[in-house]
Amino acid sequence: MPKWADVLLVPLLNLVLALIVSGAVVAYIGENPFDAMRIMVNGAVGSAYGWGYTLFYATNFIFTGLAVAVAFHARLFNIGGEGQAALGGLGVAIVALALPWPHWSLALIACTVSAAAFGAAWAFLPAILQAKRGSHIVITTIMFNFIAAALLNYLLVGPLQGAGMSPETARFPEGAHLPTAYDMASWLGFNRSAPLNVAFLVALAACVAVWFLIWRTRLGYEIRAYGHSEPAAVYAGIDPVRITVIAMLISGGLAGMMAVNAVQGEAERLVLDPVQGAGFIGIAVALMGRSHPFGVLLAAILFGILYQGGAELEFETSVPREMVVVIQALVILFTGALDNMVRDPVGKAFLRFRRAADQSGPKAGTPAE
Amino acid sequence: MTEPAIELRGISKAFGPVQANRDIDLKVMPGTIHGIIGENGAGKSTLMSILYGFYKADRGTILIKGRETAIPDSQAAIAAGIGMVFQHFKLVQNFTVLENVVLGAEEGAMLRPSLAKARRLLRELADEYELEVDPDETVENLSVGHQQRVEILKALYRQADILILDEPTGVLTPAEADHLFRILRGLRDEGKTIILITHKLREIMDVTDTVSVMRRGEMLDTVGTADTSPEDLAERMVGRKVLLRVDKRPASPGAPVLEVEGLRVVDADGVERLRGIDLQVRAGEILGVAGVAGNGQSALLEVLGGISKATGTVRVNGEGIDLSGTRSDGRTRRARGIAHVPEDRHRLGLILDFAAWENTAFGYHDKAPYSSGAMMDHKAMREDTAAKMERFDVRPPDPNLPAKSFSGGNQQKIVLAREIERNPDLLLIGQPTRGVDIGAIEFIHQRIVELRDAGKAILLVSVELDEIMSLSDRIAVMFDGRIMGERLPAETSEGELGLLMAGMDGAAEGAPAPKAGDPPGTGADPLAEGAA
Repeated sequence: MPKWADVLLVPLLNLVLALIVSGAVVAYIGENPFDAMRIMVNGAVGSAYGWGYTLFYATNFIFTGLAVAVAFHARLFNIGGEGQAALGGLGVAIVALALPWPHWSLALIACTVSAAAFGAAWAFLPAILQAKRGSHIVITTIMFNFIAAALLNYLLVGPLQGAGMSPETARFPEGAHLPTAYDMASWLGFNRSAPLNVAFLVALAACVAVWFLIWRTRLGYEIRAYGHSEPAAVYAGIDPVRITVIAMLISGGLAGMMAVNAVQGEAERLVLDPVQGAGFIGIAVALMGRSHPFGVLLAAILFGILYQGGAELEFETSVPREMVVVIQALVILFTGALDNMVRDPVGKAFLRFRRAADQSGPKAGTPAE
Repeated sequence: MTEPAIELRGISKAFGPVQANRDIDLKVMPGTIHGIIGENGAGKSTLMSILYGFYKADRGTILIKGRETAIPDSQAAIAAGIGMVFQHFKLVQNFTVLENVVLGAEEGAMLRPSLAKARRLLRELADEYELEVDPDETVENLSVGHQQRVEILKALYRQADILILDEPTGVLTPAEADHLFRILRGLRDEGKTIILITHKLREIMDVTDTVSVMRRGEMLDTVGTADTSPEDLAERMVGRKVLLRVDKRPASPGAPVLEVEGLRVVDADGVERLRGIDLQVRAGEILGVAGVAGNGQSALLEVLGGISKATGTVRVNGEGIDLSGTRSDGRTRRARGIAHVPEDRHRLGLILDFAAWENTAFGYHDKAPYSSGAMMDHKAMREDTAAKMERFDVRPPDPNLPAKSFSGGNQQKIVLAREIERNPDLLLIGQPTRGVDIGAIEFIHQRIVELRDAGKAILLVSVELDEIMSLSDRIAVMFDGRIMGERLPAETSEGELGLLMAGMDGAAEGAPAPKAGDPPGTGADPLAEGAA
């Protein structure tokens, strides 16, 4: 199978299949699936307004998707993105509230570092438990999600609660406000309400940085070697404990950085559940993106479209909120879990096609000789 | 004239651009042992996979006992009376022998009648063909030779009368292999047809009636085994004259490079793998460690290579090495001039999904020219790989191919190139030619001898006695985690080594095997004084 088919054609076919099944479900509840499709696509990418939300969601998914992807390369299944991003939110809030920030760029740098540090710290314990004691990372990271939620709950009705009655921090100072798409590029037609902000550019930079880390640095080489074969890594003198911990720290850090977008960029305060499931969407994004940063970027945008388009669909038709979740779930199912269902037949089709071409090739050439 | 048990007519099979089988014609007569020999990648396994229904041939027909038979899957192959014993056993490790035999061939929803029937049949087969296995033993507790018998029993339970064995002796001791051949002869005498796929010439000569030679996807000849010779077969396989003996000068050993004293290893299950090993390898000499697989040779290599921990003393060039794993691992061993070609290149020596150019740096990836600072230098790695591939005749010489798409011999050349070209003082090398074709064996043996002649110390571990005998300057035999004795190749025989490998003192005076408490080097150690 040529590379383009592996990377683009197969995910595309998966997506089409998911949409066909979704369409059937929509038709079953009495709505026109084509209208629903049009509303979703239009709502997500048909206007600057839509893009302002779509790319905002995509920014969250890029961070959590990259987090899962980096861990995947070391064959670690980090499903604790939810908790690590929540802790990242805590890191953002503490730093943003600590100073009357003179300029947003300083606040951005400080909050990004803090968010990454908090996210990484939250991944550290599961990592060390896995590396030293063999406690399975899937179990520990998912349990840490609950601990993170409980911790935030405690802090937001206690030490960190703002002036009001609601469980949230005070609003961040004006100096920590990140430029939004409207601030930076209103000439593109972005609306004042669009949550898209400068963190999107940080996410793009993170994609490049992860690509560089995985495929250009010695650490990336060691992470991939360890992920492919632990015994071989030990033979080569690569320390499994070190790689497990470092890969998980990077993964947790990336997940934590999501909070720069969601907490600092949009909410401008820390609320209960700042992550809103993006940590889990990151798993689907990494699967669909084949753990490659560019694939993660594309998959994140797709899920951004589904989120924003789904909201529009709910708003404009009688398709209930749950239906939108069903459609998203179908996409995850087809692109992630059922991937091989499409991949194998496509691979075989390519083989047959090429063989047919090989056999007809010489025949076509004979008259000329 | 009798019908052939199997007749293949014009079988062709391509994988993408690679023509694995090209117009294969083959007749296998019933009641014979038919050898199929050829280098790795010659198409033997593909052909047998077609016969067993794993692959579908692009063209050609299969006749079983004279009737044209379609074999779309392995169920059809079993129905046609074909049984297959794979190189890598397909057994459920934590099932008993009986459960494994019945698995997939249960009759009815209840297990008990099938098990009772299998138990009866197993007892009959055991009596008839020396196929004794305890039916209630769990497979993971069986030796490799016994596990193989379970595979054969599985096929017989399914009433196979055509048995295909793919490289069956790769994991067996000489004695186990002999036993297997007795079983095969017994089966043949009962009228079963046996196809033996191998690359070992001696097995072909020992046990087959007829032999077919494959090369590059084509079936070259089928000859009576009595009408041919190993040299003749080797030449047909490779397509040129092959040196079957290693050509080497006597060693001129120098100062000791590796000194091992009282080396002990206890594994994670609390089993003592090494029980006090003492040995020495000097510059410019090859010490061959012979022994049946699983008697501690792997543990020895892994300890010396920095993979597992041990107690005792190991000195390299006179300086001690940390064996506790806290201050020394694979990386620091390399820095001390120890190179390691592991026994299992798929598990340890290579990352199969990595490209060749990523594999030739593996283990040395933190050294120049492969990396500087935190960055890898892909250009330097690719150039280095291309040069190594040329020097070691790796085919195809494409650094971008993943390691898994090379044949066994070429994979081994990649590992060997990587380890030898860093110019180590000590080379640890395990099973250098396992799963390697004849042409490559000759090449690999020459490289090892060259390294010795360059004044390096070489510790060679192999379960192939031929290899130990022809390469080593000194032979140490391991049994049950101990060195049973040392011999000079010129002054010993395969028979004597075989006894030592089985734990019996080869001195033949009926002396008991040395105990753990015996002083090191007791018994025949002709070089012990000189080295001390």
